[in-house]
Amino acid sequence: MFNPLESAPPLWHNGPVPGAFYNFPGTQRIPAANPITHTQSPVTTSTSIIAITYDKGVLIAGDLVASYGSLARYRNCPRVIEVNPNIILGAGGDYADFQYVKSFIEQKIIDEDCLDDGLKMKPKSLYCWLTRIMYQRRSKLDPFWNNLVVGGLQDGVPFLGTIDKLGTAYTDKVICTGYGAHIALPILRDALDKKTNLNLNDAKALIKRCMEVLFYRDARSFPKYQLGIIDKDDGVKIEGPLTVEENWNIAYMT
Amino acid sequence: MSSGFTNFAAQNGPDDWRDAAHSTGTSIMAAEFDGGVVIGADSRTTTGAYIANRVADKLTKITDHIYCCRSGSAADTQAIADIVAYHLNFHGMELGEEPLVEVGAAIFKELCYNYRDSLMAGILVAGWDKKKGGQVYSIPIGGMCVRQEVSIGGSGSSYVYGYVDANFKPGMSKEDCVKFVSNTLALAMSRDGSSGGVVRIGIITEKGIERRVILGNELPKFYEG
Amino acid sequence: MSSIGTGYDLSASQFSPDGRVFQVEYAMKAVENSGTVIGLRGTDGIILAAEKLIMSKLHENTTNKRIFNIDRHIGMAFSGLIADARQIVEIARKEASNYRNQYGSSIPLKYLNDRVSMYMHAYTLYSAVRPFGCSVILASYQDDEPNMFLIDPSGVSYGYFGCATGKAKQSAKTEIEKLKLGQLSCKELVKEAAKIVYLVHDELKDKNFELELSWICKDSGGLHVKVPESVYADAEKAAKQAMEADSESDTEDM
Repeated sequence: MFNPLESAPPLWHNGPVPGAFYNFPGTQRIPAANPITHTQSPVTTSTSIIAITYDKGVLIAGDLVASYGSLARYRNCPRVIEVNPNIILGAGGDYADFQYVKSFIEQKIIDEDCLDDGLKMKPKSLYCWLTRIMYQRRSKLDPFWNNLVVGGLQDGVPFLGTIDKLGTAYTDKVICTGYGAHIALPILRDALDKKTNLNLNDAKALIKRCMEVLFYRDARSFPKYQLGIIDKDDGVKIEGPLTVEENWNIAYMT
Repeated sequence: MSSGFTNFAAQNGPDDWRDAAHSTGTSIMAAEFDGGVVIGADSRTTTGAYIANRVADKLTKITDHIYCCRSGSAADTQAIADIVAYHLNFHGMELGEEPLVEVGAAIFKELCYNYRDSLMAGILVAGWDKKKGGQVYSIPIGGMCVRQEVSIGGSGSSYVYGYVDANFKPGMSKEDCVKFVSNTLALAMSRDGSSGGVVRIGIITEKGIERRVILGNELPKFYEG
Repeated sequence: MSSIGTGYDLSASQFSPDGRVFQVEYAMKAVENSGTVIGLRGTDGIILAAEKLIMSKLHENTTNKRIFNIDRHIGMAFSGLIADARQIVEIARKEASNYRNQYGSSIPLKYLNDRVSMYMHAYTLYSAVRPFGCSVILASYQDDEPNMFLIDPSGVSYGYFGCATGKAKQSAKTEIEKLKLGQLSCKELVKEAAKIVYLVHDELKDKNFELELSWICKDSGGLHVKVPESVYADAEKAAKQAMEADSESDTEDM
């Protein structure tokens, strides 16, 4: 294929090129020798988040480990947080990015508190705002490498939504990210098929079971986790560190 | 710790000794004890397999009561440490008192996070302040920042996580802590080809830093079979 | 001002021959036209109280507040021109937010005070601008230590155990000096603060006023908030009773 740009050197820098449309000085863009590169992979990572709504609120659970490759390097990294009395947030993926996202969410809440108008952000607003932020960053080819799970009470009604690093977002009654989407989600869906209207204790038992199974089957998991609860009556509580109750009896079945 | 030679040698072929200089051979460590922190590091700077400096000092002063242990590219970490030292000292003057260790760690983190695509730096920030006493903050490559009671870093550290988990106790006495740090580093140095030389120790308390050196031939000895 | 017509009062960038900057002194006059604001430092926190004069019966209650949040742990009260004060509030909030962003922890009041003082002082140096027509009180409770500063339109600031500014600052200061500030807790001081505001209020010249009360102390969890309604009601009641007792004793004297 004839390519005028390659077949002959330009007459002068940025000047007209033989065989090509004339480009007057300054109108031709010379691509930079080294394009800007951004985070292509996460470094210190945390694994799944699992979340479920129940009749009066939402539960979000995530373990406490931040892995460095396969090394369980930091074993006390909380990633389920209270945003305000209406919202809890869980995050997986790059922990540095999470800390950054957390810091600007916290500043937003402080700005809001400063206004002192008695209004508090609701989960749908935070969820929507975060979709914009995540999408904006992926459009800059510099995504926040996180899965975010927003839970809360929207005027008393449980809300649960998730956003990934591309800005893809959806809401559901149960949400699991990472390995949890493969292992925990079927368990939760199954339970929800059998009983549609869960109460707090049902939901807690399910989360507990899921964290146990995930510990058995996710090689980046850790047996200590936090459980964020937002309840219509009791408000927000971040419980933990809770410990996975392990059962290794199948080892004897040979 | 590499001496700063990095990518320009790539054109000379994969076997060129300069090409391997990206390796980040180091063993660094920091641990809180009752009344302060102990920081420690080996003293080897490598350019590939060549030891460019056998008595390097990887414990870098930021303020009188805040030090950092550097791992990764020597050029990057030295530059970061200089910038943080400038910011923190300026901040200390504005405030009219000694800056907090957590503030020092936050400035390190800010730089390491914002420039994470162009930096190779794994840093431990350790020090003493009035508010929280001895503290250790770990800032690995991605630019996150967590406080830990004890933290290790550099290539040598991967060999001694088990030793640290088994032997660290909160609230040790100063000398116990120094012993623990020098043992850990000696073990890391003996298994990691990119770490070695002497062990440099710094003990940071309310009174400031006390520095010690354990020479290569005086290091604690362990099983060598 | 005695020097009207001497021409040295038109610009903040010029001294008068006797070494005064009249524009700054006029700004202080603006402050003295406004309702009284006091700050009291107790053993476990700070009380801010403001006498918000109500210019029209048509105004809605609780609007045009005179006490603001700057950050979670910092409150600000002002006397003077509200529009000028809002600018100061904005700057102070930005300083607090920047500090948190850069240094990862909450801004020390001493530092914020320096920054805001510097900002206000800058407006006393140029002919193109006028000084701020307000004095502000900054209050915080950090690391179990209460702190309070008052900044003048000149940009001068001092730390205080008790301070007052606005219309009746002299009589308010006299009242404050009677208190044993080093020994009283915030709970006790709320009532004293309310009493002082009621006492120094000039019923003849200013008919209506609204008492604003906020605190930042151990009981408020280190947060700057309006005092709880029950505490407010008690304090207002105590203040009114004190006024009645006062007027009765006055009549007896006659």
